Amino acid sequence: MSADRCREGQWVEVERILLEPADRAPNLPGETATKPLLVWVKGFARGEAGLGEECEVETMTGRVVSGRLSDLDPAYTHTFGPQPPEIAGIGRDLRARLTEWRGAQPKAGE
Amino acid sequence: MAGRTEAIMARKGEIMRRALGMDYAEFECSPIAFDYEAMMAAHGYSLPDIVAIQAAAGVGSTPLLELRNLTDLVRSYSEPGHGARIFVKDEAANMAGSFKDRRASMSTHVAREKGYAGVIAATSGNYGAAVASQAARTSLACIICQEAFDSTHLGQPEIIEKARICEAFGAEVVQMTVGPELFAHMLELLDETGYFAASLYSSFGVSGIETLGWELAEEMRERTGAPPTHVVITHAGGGNTTGTARGLKRAGATETQIVSASVDLSGLHMASDTDFNRKSFTTGHTGFGVPFATWPDRADVPRNAARSLRYMDRYLTVSQGEVFYVTEALAKLEGLERGPAGNTAMAAAMSLARDLPRDATVVVQETEYTGAGKHHWAQLNFARERGVEVRAGDPRENVPGRSIVIPERPEQIRATEMDLGRMRRSYVRNALAHAPEGYEPTAADIAFLAMDTNTTPAAVEEMVAGLAEGA
Repeated sequence: MSADRCREGQWVEVERILLEPADRAPNLPGETATKPLLVWVKGFARGEAGLGEECEVETMTGRVVSGRLSDLDPAYTHTFGPQPPEIAGIGRDLRARLTEWRGAQPKAGE
Repeated sequence: MAGRTEAIMARKGEIMRRALGMDYAEFECSPIAFDYEAMMAAHGYSLPDIVAIQAAAGVGSTPLLELRNLTDLVRSYSEPGHGARIFVKDEAANMAGSFKDRRASMSTHVAREKGYAGVIAATSGNYGAAVASQAARTSLACIICQEAFDSTHLGQPEIIEKARICEAFGAEVVQMTVGPELFAHMLELLDETGYFAASLYSSFGVSGIETLGWELAEEMRERTGAPPTHVVITHAGGGNTTGTARGLKRAGATETQIVSASVDLSGLHMASDTDFNRKSFTTGHTGFGVPFATWPDRADVPRNAARSLRYMDRYLTVSQGEVFYVTEALAKLEGLERGPAGNTAMAAAMSLARDLPRDATVVVQETEYTGAGKHHWAQLNFARERGVEVRAGDPRENVPGRSIVIPERPEQIRATEMDLGRMRRSYVRNALAHAPEGYEPTAADIAFLAMDTNTTPAAVEEMVAGLAEGA
């Protein structure tokens, strides 16, 4: 099976348009009102399909949902990223402050 | 598809009645007033019942930790004799990583008792994880609807992480682009599946939070001899404030000041496709906190059980940069690495404790889990990639959606006091506007509005007169 076609039973994601711009709620900001409302659902493919082709999936709750095949074995790639420099020294500085302040406090019984 | 949303919205009452298994009509008294306490009591579970249900569900009894290092840090720059003791209820110790397990455990318990096959909730937050986890334990099917992406399919890392954990617990996650039509789609799913509506705002869910207020009052009594003088609560839809405050009252902690706290996101539109990914907090912010406080019945149930103005004594806001700073400080000074959104109240508490005497006790009543995506590093990097300026400096220069200014020193953490009088007026204006045109509020309505805004009938009369003059 090629990387852009799913096999029956494979865990995939489908995308579909739920509402066209003309059918969207009133009073939306312009940048939202001009976009369709999209929905993505994951499930087990009920047949073979290529990316972008219509595909039916059976979701974890057993619902059958159809849409355009948008991903195969969808990944999670969210991460932490690099050290934000603005916060790197916070721990060092606060520990030093605390040590200094505590050292300057009168000892119990003094 | 034209009219699809209208068609489903027209059936909202009927769908929600079936999906909640209760009819809110029996609590209505007039176009303005309803019997709040009757609605809250209608499920029939006493506080000990709820404690037992949650214990069986593996929820609650989380550690109460005194933060001695953070307290001393605050004392190091407070006026002499000032710097209250700071405590935190480590709610991240719940099974799905937040206080939302308390809410979810009640919803799934009720769903199970009433014989539903599954539960549905609309949430991009920790509540989804909590419902998914509790649904797994109670062998219920679960669907979580998330507002997750902008129109380019770019997702806020915190929400992506929430989708992951919901799937990890076996839930079906329905992810959508930005827009209030999410609610209409949730109704379609409730209609299609016949599942229970595990609403954040039902009396079941909000009652589940009462154990948190009750627990912390009892634990503080044991630890210090008295309930806390102040409890600081991260505030969004109002359930956390409402449930915690009700629990404190049940524990007899009637003198405890209820301080709600939100991240200031003023200026960002919550239904904007472009603003959506320019915020670093997906909950606990003013974009939910203010509209839900001033009109709670905008929720997905006919009457919202979360009515925060009834309970709030003060409402503080903090900036995104201040919360990130405190999140880092909490990890480095207290060995407590927790999610930034749950630390909103912690940032407000540091500001509050500075101005209170040393013998005052401030309890921050929650933490939340952290990890990839749901972490201050992830948020700062995501913001920078979106063109938001991230820099160190004076947090007063923070502009939501444009800049995140990380304090250089803890003294710079200063919460801003919101004008509760103005919020109460706004609530009264909304309540009047939702009644039929020309409807004259009765004495019973005025009494209800006074309860709902934690003021007096005379104060409400004055607000009503002021609004009429301004109209």
